[in-house]
Amino acid sequence: MQSQPVTVATAPRSVDAAVVLEARALAGQRGDRALFSGLEMALVPGSVTWLRGRNGRGKTSLLRLLAGLSTPMSGEIRVAGRTLREGGPAWRRHWVYIGHQNALKDDLSATEAVRFLARLHGLPADDALIAQALKRMGVANRQHAPVRTLSQGQRRRVALARLVLSMGAPVWLLDEPFDALDTDGITALNDIIAAHAAAGGCVLLTSHQPLTLTQPVPAVFDLEPYACA
Amino acid sequence: MPEVFSSVLARDLKLASRRRIDALLPLAFFIVAISLFPLGVGPEPGMLRDMAPGVVWVCALLASMLSVGSLFAGDHADGSLEQMLLAPQSAMALAAAKCTAHWLVTGLPLIVATPLVGLLFDMSGPALAALVAGLVLGTPILSLLGALGAALTLGLRSGGMLLILIVLPLAIPALIFGAGAVGTIEAGMSASGHFSLLGALLITTAIGVPPAIAAALRISTE
Repeated sequence: MQSQPVTVATAPRSVDAAVVLEARALAGQRGDRALFSGLEMALVPGSVTWLRGRNGRGKTSLLRLLAGLSTPMSGEIRVAGRTLREGGPAWRRHWVYIGHQNALKDDLSATEAVRFLARLHGLPADDALIAQALKRMGVANRQHAPVRTLSQGQRRRVALARLVLSMGAPVWLLDEPFDALDTDGITALNDIIAAHAAAGGCVLLTSHQPLTLTQPVPAVFDLEPYACA
Repeated sequence: MPEVFSSVLARDLKLASRRRIDALLPLAFFIVAISLFPLGVGPEPGMLRDMAPGVVWVCALLASMLSVGSLFAGDHADGSLEQMLLAPQSAMALAAAKCTAHWLVTGLPLIVATPLVGLLFDMSGPALAALVAGLVLGTPILSLLGALGAALTLGLRSGGMLLILIVLPLAIPALIFGAGAVGTIEAGMSASGHFSLLGALLITTAIGVPPAIAAALRISTE
């Protein structure tokens, strides 16, 4: 069952109080190569945006820029009205970034791994909440198993379980979250994303499979118009 | 409240306890390497006693360098480092936690093993005490400098060798004062000057190195 994506028009330039993440005239590079320039984006509460572009166009680079892991060549990124520099380290509470890698240590159990990530980000980390998060992602039966004994799909589910604890962060930046997930996993993640959007959060994600999320219908942000040769 | 320092420290200690063999390798190297010297240079007690402080310090330095190379590499490879840099606190807390974990796992066992080593070299009581005191001040310096080297060489192909070449020269002052303190005690004089300088080195390193590590980590994830 496929949703009909709606193409997002270029973002409004005026400062809109409702915009929770805004990128202006953003230029990104990888090494010496310019990837994109003049990028404009505005994410509003309650939205899910599907970031699309061909391989190598800079989708991952864009997500990392928005997360503050790398610095743009030029341009500005504002989250909840402040640039990443103005807000300082504490401002990072406003977003969650889950990249390609799961950030799980092989020698920890699933519960311990999630607990570490939760404590790191100042999220509620008591065992009951973590167990519930793992249950929502369908890996409760492996909660005490060492991560190295989990399959790729199970590890992805454990990594994504952190989202259940991160409902307080308005912006979710997810790079290929559906990778390695089976249909049950995809459904579980869709539910979590839908819950976050319904509560006023926004999600920006990449996926090379078509999205099956219907609530809300994902908007599409195409990187192609901003790509450099 | 984000607790970067305590959560990273607790996690690293837990991981070390689950890989006990790997965690004790630097200690094993330390003991084995030191034991080679009496065998190699001959058992004459006077010469061994003179050599002892220098040998212990050099072996402590090399043992520290063995384990520091992987301080950030594992986290860099599996994406944990990125998540730690995304925590809503300065990366200095992360740097401090990593250095502390390294010292507790590698430095502290070296300090505990040194008295045993002193027996091999027939060191006198006061000399041994001075050696241990010097290591108490010096091993944290080695952990800090090693962590800086590891952060600077993160992700580089021949990082291991480069790390050693960067850190060893920086560690020379600590080596000189630490080993020198024992020599002064053996000569019957007070070593307070040496310990003061070691203490000053420790303070300077503890203040100056974590911000540098934080900056190097940010560069490595760009």
